[in-house]
Amino acid sequence: MTTTRAPAKGRLFEPSLLIGIVVVALLLVLSLFVGVYDIFGNDDGGEMFAITRIPRTIALVLAGAAMAMCGLVMQLLTQNRFVEPTTTGTTEWAGLGLLTVMILFPGASIMAKMGGAVTAAFIGTMIFFLFLRRVSLKASLTVPIVGIMLGAVVGAFSTFLALQTDMLQSLGIWFAGSFTSVLRGQYELLWIVAIVGALVFLIADRFTVAGLGEEIATNVGLNYNQIMLIGTGLIAIATGVVTVVVGNLPFLGLIVPNVVSMFRGDDLRSNLPWVALLGIAIVTICDLIGRTIIMPFEVPVSLILGVVGAVVFVALLLKQRRNA
Amino acid sequence: MISLSAVQKSYSSDVAIGPVDLKIPTGGITAMVGPNGAGKSTLLTMIGRLLGLDAGAIEIAGYDVASTASKDLAKIVSILRQENHFVTRLTVRQLVGFGRFPHSKGRLTRDDEEIISRSIDFLNLNELENRYLDQLSGGQRQRAYVAMVLAQETDHVLLDEPLNNLDMKHSAQMMQLLHKAARELGRTIVIVLHDINFAGHYADHICAVKDGKVIEFGTPAEIMTDEVLSRVFDTPVTVIDGPRGPLAVYY
Repeated sequence: MTTTRAPAKGRLFEPSLLIGIVVVALLLVLSLFVGVYDIFGNDDGGEMFAITRIPRTIALVLAGAAMAMCGLVMQLLTQNRFVEPTTTGTTEWAGLGLLTVMILFPGASIMAKMGGAVTAAFIGTMIFFLFLRRVSLKASLTVPIVGIMLGAVVGAFSTFLALQTDMLQSLGIWFAGSFTSVLRGQYELLWIVAIVGALVFLIADRFTVAGLGEEIATNVGLNYNQIMLIGTGLIAIATGVVTVVVGNLPFLGLIVPNVVSMFRGDDLRSNLPWVALLGIAIVTICDLIGRTIIMPFEVPVSLILGVVGAVVFVALLLKQRRNA
Repeated sequence: MISLSAVQKSYSSDVAIGPVDLKIPTGGITAMVGPNGAGKSTLLTMIGRLLGLDAGAIEIAGYDVASTASKDLAKIVSILRQENHFVTRLTVRQLVGFGRFPHSKGRLTRDDEEIISRSIDFLNLNELENRYLDQLSGGQRQRAYVAMVLAQETDHVLLDEPLNNLDMKHSAQMMQLLHKAARELGRTIVIVLHDINFAGHYADHICAVKDGKVIEFGTPAEIMTDEVLSRVFDTPVTVIDGPRGPLAVYY
């Protein structure tokens, strides 16, 4: 009798996943062919295609999947549904790290900028996590409020620094996350987040166990502090890299995991493909809107994401109130 | 066997646990009782290595709790604390599956799945196994967590107030299930209880804790007396002969 029951281990591949993959693939094809430059009508169309459209589409895939995954891992580690890199200050810290490197070493390579952003993101996220453990905030809404406040303070400091050093414009460009400037030769480091994604997938079960709380995690023999550290490191790397290459992508890590959780629960391993797909889909749709809404100009994708994200955030709040 | 020797933990100058010397025999249910703030849960948490000791040593089946690797201890002892406020959206079956984590590290084998099924059946959760935890009542969720620690298949199971938030019917059911687990599965169960009458009826041993020290340890017959209970709980208690054994009346 017991053998006929569905196993506890969630299956990774289901027919519906295939549909998801096809839909996302169609969106990506659309992304390849939408733009002001007529790639069929011009002689150098193929060249332009390779310089901008392909890198841009790859960047959408990598950044979308990475930020969505980061949000999910963060939510498990903090046991809070409203947490993600932009509501915990992680993005602002990454921005501060980036700015610091740009000020101290004006001619710094993109690698150095990335190092600065990742380091600052790691430190900032650790501070936030340690703060959470120290005060053990139980109310779910206080946590993102504290995170947003912390982020605002760090952001204000960055603005001050930028004002003093005439970097305000660079900061503004960074803050408005956009895929406009993603070109061949400048985006390749984004592939680092693919490695992060693979690692998250490998240790997915540990993150899920950590999501059950420190005591249950310790009970089953998991080194809780170690997994917190690894998780923070992976989040910092992904956020730092995406920040440097693309910029700020608000709310993505918030919307995607919550929507996926609503339909499929919180088993991280079997959810990851869905989280990645939905992350890619949302970023791609927002980027397509940003590219076409005021053609031939572009609206930064962060603007569209901000609008969509704020609506979903409020909807989540209302839903939680109804359930409570 | 679980043995504590000269275990101490201090919070501030006036709040301290110990020194506690205690031997909890293998098999059966041992209930820890005592007034609020006596240190029952703290002791249990220290046995389950969720809290470090300031002095002394705790051994479970010969393994020193402080020096044995946590992942090895997870195969010897399991501990369940009072319910988490955050409810992860896992199904009952997925949750119970994580009880196999110490053995499978997440790669569940066929044997694991079978143990999971058995554990779910044992707690009468088979109808609910595909429901999400946040769709269950408090009592059902509590049972799911107990199924998880049973699926861990440790000889020693520590439960901190598993009857909290359970109504009369579910409290009685839970105690019957634990009794069955101790008898049929041969587990040594240590449980913190508030209701002395549950302890008197279901436990094989009762450990009375007061002011951070173990002041009595014995069989229910030895503990369920006017004198001992009045002293432990600091309130007049009369033990009468009920229809199913001794009954403490304290109101």
